[in-house]
Amino acid sequence: MKAYQKVLMIVAALSLGLLFVFPMWKIYLKAPQYPEGLELHIWVNKLGGSSESVLQNFNILNHYIGMEPIHPESFAELQFMPYIVIAFMITGVLVGLIGRRNLVLGWSGALMLAGAAGILDFYLWLVKFGTNLDPMAAIKVPGMTYIPPLLGNKQLLNFEALSLPALGSLGIFLAISLSIVTYYFTLKNNKITTAATPEKVLIS
Amino acid sequence: METSIFKLKKLVPKAALLMAVAAGTALQGCSNTEGGSANTAEGVATDAASAVYVAPGKHDELYSFLSGGFNGQVSVYGLPSGRLLKIIPVFTQHGENGYGYSEESKAMLMTSHGFVPWDDLHHPKLSRTDGMTDGRWLFVNGNNTPRVARIDLKTFETVEIMELPNSAGNHCSPYPTNNNEYVIAGTRFSVPLDMKGGTGDVSLDKYEEEFRGSISFIKVDPEKGDMDLDFQILVPGFDYDLANGGKGPSEDWVFFTTYNSEKAGTLKEVGASQNDRDYLAAVNWKLAAKYAKEGKAREMPANYYHNKIDKDSHIAKSTVKKKVRYLLPEECPGMMYLLPAPKSPHGIDVDPSGEFMIVSGKLASAIPVFSFSKMQDAIKNKKFDGEKNGIPVLQYEAVLKGEVKEPGLGPLHTEFDGKGNAYTSMFVSSEVVKWKLNELQVVDRIPVYYSVGHLMIPGGDTKAPHGKYLVAMNKITKDRYLPTGPELAHSAQLIDISGEKMKLLLDFPTVAEPHYAQAIPAEKVAPNSVKFYKLDENKHPHAVKKEADVSVVRESKNRVRVKMTAIRSHMTPDNIEGIQVGDTVYFHVTNLEQDWDVPHGFAVMGANNAETLIMPGATQTLTWVPKKAGVFPFYCTDFCSALHQEMQGYIRVSPKGSNVPITFSTGKKKQNIPGVASTK
Repeated sequence: MKAYQKVLMIVAALSLGLLFVFPMWKIYLKAPQYPEGLELHIWVNKLGGSSESVLQNFNILNHYIGMEPIHPESFAELQFMPYIVIAFMITGVLVGLIGRRNLVLGWSGALMLAGAAGILDFYLWLVKFGTNLDPMAAIKVPGMTYIPPLLGNKQLLNFEALSLPALGSLGIFLAISLSIVTYYFTLKNNKITTAATPEKVLIS
Repeated sequence: METSIFKLKKLVPKAALLMAVAAGTALQGCSNTEGGSANTAEGVATDAASAVYVAPGKHDELYSFLSGGFNGQVSVYGLPSGRLLKIIPVFTQHGENGYGYSEESKAMLMTSHGFVPWDDLHHPKLSRTDGMTDGRWLFVNGNNTPRVARIDLKTFETVEIMELPNSAGNHCSPYPTNNNEYVIAGTRFSVPLDMKGGTGDVSLDKYEEEFRGSISFIKVDPEKGDMDLDFQILVPGFDYDLANGGKGPSEDWVFFTTYNSEKAGTLKEVGASQNDRDYLAAVNWKLAAKYAKEGKAREMPANYYHNKIDKDSHIAKSTVKKKVRYLLPEECPGMMYLLPAPKSPHGIDVDPSGEFMIVSGKLASAIPVFSFSKMQDAIKNKKFDGEKNGIPVLQYEAVLKGEVKEPGLGPLHTEFDGKGNAYTSMFVSSEVVKWKLNELQVVDRIPVYYSVGHLMIPGGDTKAPHGKYLVAMNKITKDRYLPTGPELAHSAQLIDISGEKMKLLLDFPTVAEPHYAQAIPAEKVAPNSVKFYKLDENKHPHAVKKEADVSVVRESKNRVRVKMTAIRSHMTPDNIEGIQVGDTVYFHVTNLEQDWDVPHGFAVMGANNAETLIMPGATQTLTWVPKKAGVFPFYCTDFCSALHQEMQGYIRVSPKGSNVPITFSTGKKKQNIPGVASTK
C-alpha cells in the first residue's frame, strides 16, 4: 500500500471517533403541547436529548400507555459498545500501519456487520418498548402498539415521531466508505488512476 | 379648593379649548360613532386594529409592568396588544399560588408591625445600567406600611422586601439612580420621629415642631440586586410626593416634589393648599453618600424588617435590622436645595438630556420647566431666596427655563419621546398634551377616558425613550366597557406617538388601580426567562427528589411532617393515616417535573389556608391543622395532564390520642408506580 492509502485507512479508522462526539441516532417527537419538540438522542455510550431531563419527560409521557420507563442502565449495549468502537479504531489504525490490502477489506466487512447488528439491536429494542405494554396502563387503544419508527416518521397517538441517524452515524459511514475506497485504490496500485476522492463519496 | 378650580377654569384661554374642540370634531368627522357616544371614537387611528394586532402565536414587542395600586400587585401586559400576561403578587397574599400563605413565603410580608398581608403598590421602576433599563429587576413601593420590593425578571417573582423605618406613606418611591447605585424613597406623610426607629406619642397639635419626613437611600448590590438601607436624610415635615433622578449632567441629583410646606396636620386639602408656592427639593445623592461615608452620618436605634427569598431553597428569611444612619441637611452644605414650585406640585420628571426638570402642579395653570444648568449657576452665585429649616431656597426666576402656558387642567405627570417632545397627563381636563421641550409650546392634545393619572412611554424616564407608544392610565372608567356593577376596572389607553399627531390605538381594562408603569423591549427580558427550576439545585431542607425518599413522620406530640412528591399524574404518598385532630401537619410538596409549564397545585379539604402552587423542581409547604376526625381528600389543583382528575389522595384523621399508627403509601403493594422520576 502506498503512503497516502495508509493515511486514508487510518483516517477511516479514526473517523469512528465521531461516535464519541455526536449521537448516533435521534428520535424527534412533536405534539400539539410540545411546540418546542422533544428529542431523544442515542449515543454509543449514553442516552441524551434536547434537554437534561428529556428521559424523565419521555417516561412521563410513555407511562400513560404502559410503556416501560427508559433508563440508561437497562441497556447493556451502552456499556460494551464503546469498547467495540475503540477496538475497531485500534485495529483500523493497525491495518493502516501494516498496509495489507486484504486486512482492509476484512476490517471493512467486520465493521459493516457490526453496524448491521447495531441497527438490528436498535430495532428489537424499539419493538420491545413499543409492544411490551403494562396491562394496567391508563390508556389502552385496542390493537395499538407504539413501535417508534426506525427510520422516517410515524404518528403515535398525539405524537408524530421522526427517527433519523445523527452525526455519530456519519462516523461509521465514513469509516466504511473510506476503507472501501482505500481498498479500491490498492487494487489499482499498478496502474495510474484518477479515482474518486473521498469528498465525492461524502456528498451522498 | 372649589374656588381655586373655578379660578383655573377661567384662566384657560378659550383659544386652547377651541383648538381642542376643532381637532376633536375634525377627527370625529372621519371616524365611526358606532360606540354610541361621540367621544368614544375621538382620535382613533384608522389603522388602529392592525397597529395593535398581535397574531395568534406571535409575541408582543414590549413587556409593560403596571402597578396594581390597592391590590398590592404588579400586572404584566404585552404591548401593543394590551394582553394581560401575569399578575405578580408583591405586598399582598395571593391565594392563587400560595404567596404569603405558604411557609416559604410568609416571611416576605413580615414587618416591624407584624404580618402585613396587604399594601398599596404605586410605582414600578426598572433597574438601570447607564441610565437605560436593563431588564434585570423591577423595584416597587408599598405606600401604606413603608416597604420597597424587588422583583426578579428572570422568574417574575418577588424576591426581596425591605421595610423602611422613619417613614410613613412611602409614596415618593422607589427611584433608582442611573446604575442602581441607590434606590431612593421619600415619605409622603411626615411623622413625629422618636429617634428610636418609631413614631413618638406626640400631641397632633405639634405637627409644625415635631413632624419630619425622611428620604431613604437603599444600596443595591450590582450583581445580585440585594438591597441594604445605607442611610436616610431627615427632612422638613412637608409631604414628599414624587421623585425622579437626573441624567447626564444632572445624574448626581435626585428631585422631589413637596407639598404641605404649610405643615398642616389636619384638613390638609385646605391647610396644605394655602401657599402659592411649595418646593421642588433637589438632593445631590452623590454628595450625600460622600457625607455619609465620611462620618457626617449619625446613628439611631431602629427596628425594621428585611425579607429575602433564598434562590436555591425558595425560602424567605427575615432579618430584623436594629439601627439606621441618618444625615441632617443643615449639617451637610451643598447637599440639598429647595426650588420654589407652583402650589402643591405632583409629578417631577427629568427629560432624557438631564437638563430640564418638569414640575406638574396639579393646581397650577402653567407647567414650570426648570433648568439644571441655571440651577447650578444659581447655586454658584448664591441666588437664594432665604432658607427653610437650614436648607437654601433658590430664587424661582433664577432656576426657571420657562413655563408651558395653558397646557390644560390638572397636570400630573410628564414623559418624553426622545425627539424633543414632552407629554403631560391632565387629570381635570382628561387629556394628554404634547408640547415641545425647547419652545415650551403645546403642539397636540388627545382626550383620554377619563381623568388620566400617570402616563408611560416605554423608556420615557430613561436617557433614550422607545418613543413609539404612550399608555394613559385613567382613574375613572364609567361607560368605557360593559358595566360590571358599582366597581369597575380602571381603563388604560394606548396611544401612538410615532407621528406628529397622537393617535388612539387601544382601550383596555387594567387590574385594580395602576399608578405608574414601566415598559421594556421584550428582547431584554424574554431570553432570560426561567422555564423551570432544576431539581438538582433545589436546596429546600424538606425537598424529596425521589419518590423512594418520601416520608410522613410524627416529629413531636402535635406535629407531623409530610415530605411528598408530585409528578404526572400522582402524588406520593397519596394515602396517609395516623394524623390526629389538632396536629399541625406540614405538607412539603416537591414537584419532580423537569419540563416547561408543568406546575402542580396542592390543596386539602377544609384547610384554613390557600392552595400552594409548586413550580417544576421546587418545594412548597402548606400547613394544615385538622379540626375534626374523618377522611380528607387532597388533590392537584392545576390541570397538569390527561389524568389530572386522578391526581388525588386521602388523609385519615383520627381523634386525639388515637392509636392508629402513621402509615403512608401510593398504589397497592408490589404495584409498579409508573412514571417514577429520578433526579437525572
